[in-house]
Amino acid sequence: MTYEFLVSSAIGVLVAGGIYLTLRARTFQVVLGLTLISYAVNLFLFASGRLVIGRPPIWDKATGVYTDPLPQALALTAIVITFGMTAFVVILALRSFLETGSDHVDGDTVPCDRQDGLTQDGLAQDAEP
Amino acid sequence: MSFAEHLPILPVAIPALAAPLALLAMRRRRALGVGIAIVSCLLLLACALGLMAQVSGGTILVYALGEWPAPFGIVLVADRLAALMLVLTAALSLIALLHAVVTGADRKGRHFHPLFQFLLMGLNGAFLTGDLFNLFVFFEVLLIASYGLMLHGQGPARLKAGVQYVVVNLVGSSVFLIALGLLYALTGTLNMADMGLRVAEVAPADQGLLRIAGLLLVSVFALKAAVAPLHLWLPRTYAVTTPAVAALFAILTKVGVYAIIRVVPQVFGEGAGAAAWVPAPYLLPAAMVSAVIGFAGVFAARSLSEQAAYAVIGSTGTLLIAVAGWSAQSLGAGLYYLAHSTLAAAALFLVADVVARRRGSYGDVASPGPVFAGRSGIGLLFMAAAIAATGLPPLSGFIGKLLILKSVAALPDWRWAWGVILGTTLIGVIGFARVGSAVFWKSVEGESPQARASAPALGLALALGPAPAPARAPASRADLIAPALALALLAALSIGAGWASGYTDAAAAQVLDPAESARAVLKEAVR
Repeated sequence: MTYEFLVSSAIGVLVAGGIYLTLRARTFQVVLGLTLISYAVNLFLFASGRLVIGRPPIWDKATGVYTDPLPQALALTAIVITFGMTAFVVILALRSFLETGSDHVDGDTVPCDRQDGLTQDGLAQDAEP
Repeated sequence: MSFAEHLPILPVAIPALAAPLALLAMRRRRALGVGIAIVSCLLLLACALGLMAQVSGGTILVYALGEWPAPFGIVLVADRLAALMLVLTAALSLIALLHAVVTGADRKGRHFHPLFQFLLMGLNGAFLTGDLFNLFVFFEVLLIASYGLMLHGQGPARLKAGVQYVVVNLVGSSVFLIALGLLYALTGTLNMADMGLRVAEVAPADQGLLRIAGLLLVSVFALKAAVAPLHLWLPRTYAVTTPAVAALFAILTKVGVYAIIRVVPQVFGEGAGAAAWVPAPYLLPAAMVSAVIGFAGVFAARSLSEQAAYAVIGSTGTLLIAVAGWSAQSLGAGLYYLAHSTLAAAALFLVADVVARRRGSYGDVASPGPVFAGRSGIGLLFMAAAIAATGLPPLSGFIGKLLILKSVAALPDWRWAWGVILGTTLIGVIGFARVGSAVFWKSVEGESPQARASAPALGLALALGPAPAPARAPASRADLIAPALALALLAALSIGAGWASGYTDAAAAQVLDPAESARAVLKEAVR
């Protein structure tokens, strides 16, 4: 019972944090939020085969009871796909920031160095007054 | 197994092979890579037509990958609906590829052709697969290829819209996985046909979870289909991307519609007990709102490509009004309109590109610009595309909308549906007329004297024009071929409407009878 509670509350906290970060305006937070959500999704997929302890997923002559191997395969596939997607979105966000001088997801053109009150050489010159 | 038995895997295998081959060939000789891409698209069309011929009699082809029996291994299922989508994809890809090659749009970035092939692989796989997790994987394949294609040519506007497009779709993928996890936990299977049989056995205590899973799944498909209120990502993405790519993207939203049509009757159909038709009540209002928003956008659009993007939303809404009836008749009408609206949207994007290439710095902005050579002819092309998109006779949009109106008359909410479809048609007609008259009738005097040169000097005029140097100035009218081809297909769909609507009606009847496909898929298990 406590084990189930631990996993489900972990998924819940990850999703909550992920949603909060995804709704932020800047790409870095959004990417972090997406990563948190994908962790939660992977845990969730893993748990969809029920949580059992100490049982093999594939044939083992020492035992007659098994855990479901399919969710583990699904979680692996999902991990690979999300990993590739995260790498892509990081590069895309960087590229977009370098070309447009703003890392706002919503298309806001406020330059971030100005908004943060920071002055970074090389970025300020791209910024619009 | 004979060659014909391997036919269902070919639409996935051909582009999967063509993409790396094109990538390798383009390093040495560009023309060879382009040739591989074109040959691949032609082969796909041949395969799709072959599959259509095989399944049009009502047989369901089941291809067990690696000969693993159905509920355990992954199967590809080719029925009438899948074959229809394959033919549509292949025809559209040929048109888009032709336009990209003729206009030189494929030269603006390195990997246009391999990405194009991977997108086709994802599309074909999504249409053929009989496994829900496999559907997710093919969605990801087509999405990651679409990210690359969407950013093709680069530029700040594309990067900006690209970030939003990618983030929205990543969130969608996560929700898709959550729905899949729920469905697997409840039914213990991922095969769609098997799941359709097992949802009835879900314990009463878990019915709430089953409903949540169904609604989440349909929400993801609605996001892909850009159904209101999940449509906000589409106009910017489609309006800023390369027009040849946008023309192919016209079918990306239809993948979402296809997934709704495939999954809802099969998994959440009559046999699903308390969870039967869970998403159905939400679909009709959402569809009507999207139709209104889409055609309002057509009315308010500031450029031809933005207008085409909103026309995609509007036509998806109209299509889903028909789908939401969930009767063989309305679904059949919807499928006919699906084929039509995909080609019509592609034609709009291509005509917008043709105009933008001739107007130099004015691009495809919906305001009067300089007179350009061949304006009246291109104006006629635009008019034909607009007629198709709004659904006026004589093109197939009229027949499609007529079929939809006739079929939804049986629904309890038919007054609303009729009002929305007819009202949006009127708004759309006015919107297209407004933009068309601004672009093709009015002109700004003295802005671009070169462009006033006579038709033979067209190439020169454009080379001298204020254009931000297009990749190749249109030395000929070759770039009119692709949009004309799309319109010719629409005319053919209109002339062959009897046969086409007969086929789509049969496809709809087949989709709405999940027991038949379950028999076809699961008999593999006892073989």
